[in-house]
Amino acid sequence: MAAFLLRRLLVSVAVLFGISLLLFILVRTMPGDPAEMMLNPIGFVGDREAALERLRVQLGLDQPLPVQYVRWISELLQGNLGYSYADGRPVAEVLSERLGATVRLVSFALVIALLVGVSLGIIAALRRNTGVDYGLSFVSLIMISVPPFFVALVGIFVFGLTLRWLPTAGMGPPGGGGGFMDALYYLLLPGSILGLMLAGPYLRYSRSSMIEVLGQDYMTTARSKGLSSGRIVLRHGLHNALIPLVTVVALQIPVLFAGAVIIEQLFSWPGVGRMALDAILARNYPILMGFVMMIAVLVLLCNLIADVLYAIIDPRIRL
Amino acid sequence: MSEIVAPVALASSVPRELSPRKLALRRFLRHRLAVVGAVALLLVVLAAVVGPLILRIDPNLVDPLAIRQPPSGEHLLGTDSAGRDVLARLLAGGRVSLLVGLTVALTATVIGLVLGAVAGFFGGWVDAVLSRITDVVLSFPTLIVVIIIVAFTGPSITTMILAVGLFEWPTAFRIVRGLVLSLRDQDSIRAVRGLGASTTHILIRHVIPSVVAPLTVVATILVAQAILLEAGLSFLGLGVPPPTASWGNMLNEAQSFTVLQSMPWLWIPAGCAIAITVLAVNFIGDGLRDASDPRSRR
Repeated sequence: MAAFLLRRLLVSVAVLFGISLLLFILVRTMPGDPAEMMLNPIGFVGDREAALERLRVQLGLDQPLPVQYVRWISELLQGNLGYSYADGRPVAEVLSERLGATVRLVSFALVIALLVGVSLGIIAALRRNTGVDYGLSFVSLIMISVPPFFVALVGIFVFGLTLRWLPTAGMGPPGGGGGFMDALYYLLLPGSILGLMLAGPYLRYSRSSMIEVLGQDYMTTARSKGLSSGRIVLRHGLHNALIPLVTVVALQIPVLFAGAVIIEQLFSWPGVGRMALDAILARNYPILMGFVMMIAVLVLLCNLIADVLYAIIDPRIRL
Repeated sequence: MSEIVAPVALASSVPRELSPRKLALRRFLRHRLAVVGAVALLLVVLAAVVGPLILRIDPNLVDPLAIRQPPSGEHLLGTDSAGRDVLARLLAGGRVSLLVGLTVALTATVIGLVLGAVAGFFGGWVDAVLSRITDVVLSFPTLIVVIIIVAFTGPSITTMILAVGLFEWPTAFRIVRGLVLSLRDQDSIRAVRGLGASTTHILIRHVIPSVVAPLTVVATILVAQAILLEAGLSFLGLGVPPPTASWGNMLNEAQSFTVLQSMPWLWIPAGCAIAITVLAVNFIGDGLRDASDPRSRR
């Protein structure tokens, strides 16, 4: 186990380096000069060319690309992600400030996706090949097929603008404050919509996993011992059916972060997704690279967690 | 018990002369949702191809005197913020969205097929390296990667097709690799090789035909995913650049609450078009998967 973990960690670090190099090349060879973006040409007084030159030197943009990369990566290893071009604040500070909002949104969505997806999947498996099962597989296909931003638009239109039941912008009442219930109230619409995006795949996975488990010998044994069917399904069935699902969940957490980019934009949610979109429009490279590196770490971490969880839940697997 | 009896019953009820392909077609046609999906998709494609020829309204014609008009006899689905006919844009946008979906799926499938065949056939370090790359590409959310590429190169249809295509191939890769690995050591392939067939010959004549069926399923699902990605990117203003219409960028205007609340004709048609098309393609994909699996119960 320890040897396996160490090997996976080393591979992850190597991959991370590769990604950082690719990203750096991609970002720095793209058109668009950040110095130009920072100095507003309208209302600028004095020698703009000279000011641009000073700014490029100050940001290190005048150095050759390899020098810039080595500088960036050695700073990165010391925990310094650089400074935002917009206001000069450390990227790590901006990221950690915004991360909380996204984590709140994503974890709520994950809970919704699991509750809806797994429970419907078990129902479909127990009622296999009946109208209920066909209906649910139709529902899961709809959840997979309708784009999340369209669901969000309809959600805002119905619950926010027409019925006026739920708030459609921000994380809490204007002016700050508000308790746990307030936070939940503001989370309900964006969180559920993001969650429904993954509920479809979860429904399918848990259904097929449960069907497989229900056909196993130990389920027949449990039934022949005279255990109640509810107990069989929950204690013996669900426990085993969840093993493959755990990996799927861990591997798809990054997908939720990607979905959050669109949902945050639509619901004016102050998370990292909106920050990344703003950074793209403003060509704020350090913020953008910080965001992508964060996603890369998240992806590799989720992969690792999936492997480890798999081994913990299923003792037959030896790493 | 029924699982054990079923194949016997199936074998006796099916006339012997039916080829596997005909059997698959029969299974597909029995899949009701798949047939509904195929018909729906056919209608959408027909509307996108023939529709503009019948409607004869320029989708990019700006009319400052007819801005944001509700549906009427003259403009069946109303007009947008530049006075352009929404129905004409919906049909023209359909061409773009479907084209993007098909091209992306084709690109990704071909990349996956070639790399998968190479990895499966040669094995060893080639396979190890390619599989590791696949793991990494697969675990990155395509939307984020493509947003970044498109944001820096500037939005254009070609960039988007290339970017999405270059990041959606791993599913196809995994299927092809697995199949080729299992085929490689079969006696029939060994026999052909013993007869002196070259690697290229084996790949083209014996390996590729056997991956066509599972690959079709993957390609179909990729079409659905590509249409969704195009819509999401264009919705954010990072996909198909205006004035060209696409279903995604038609929804872009709905980010304003005024449009969302009081001008539903501006966003509901395009949203429904995406949903119906993707749903139809996914139905077909489901049907194809069941049809290509001989153990399937139908």
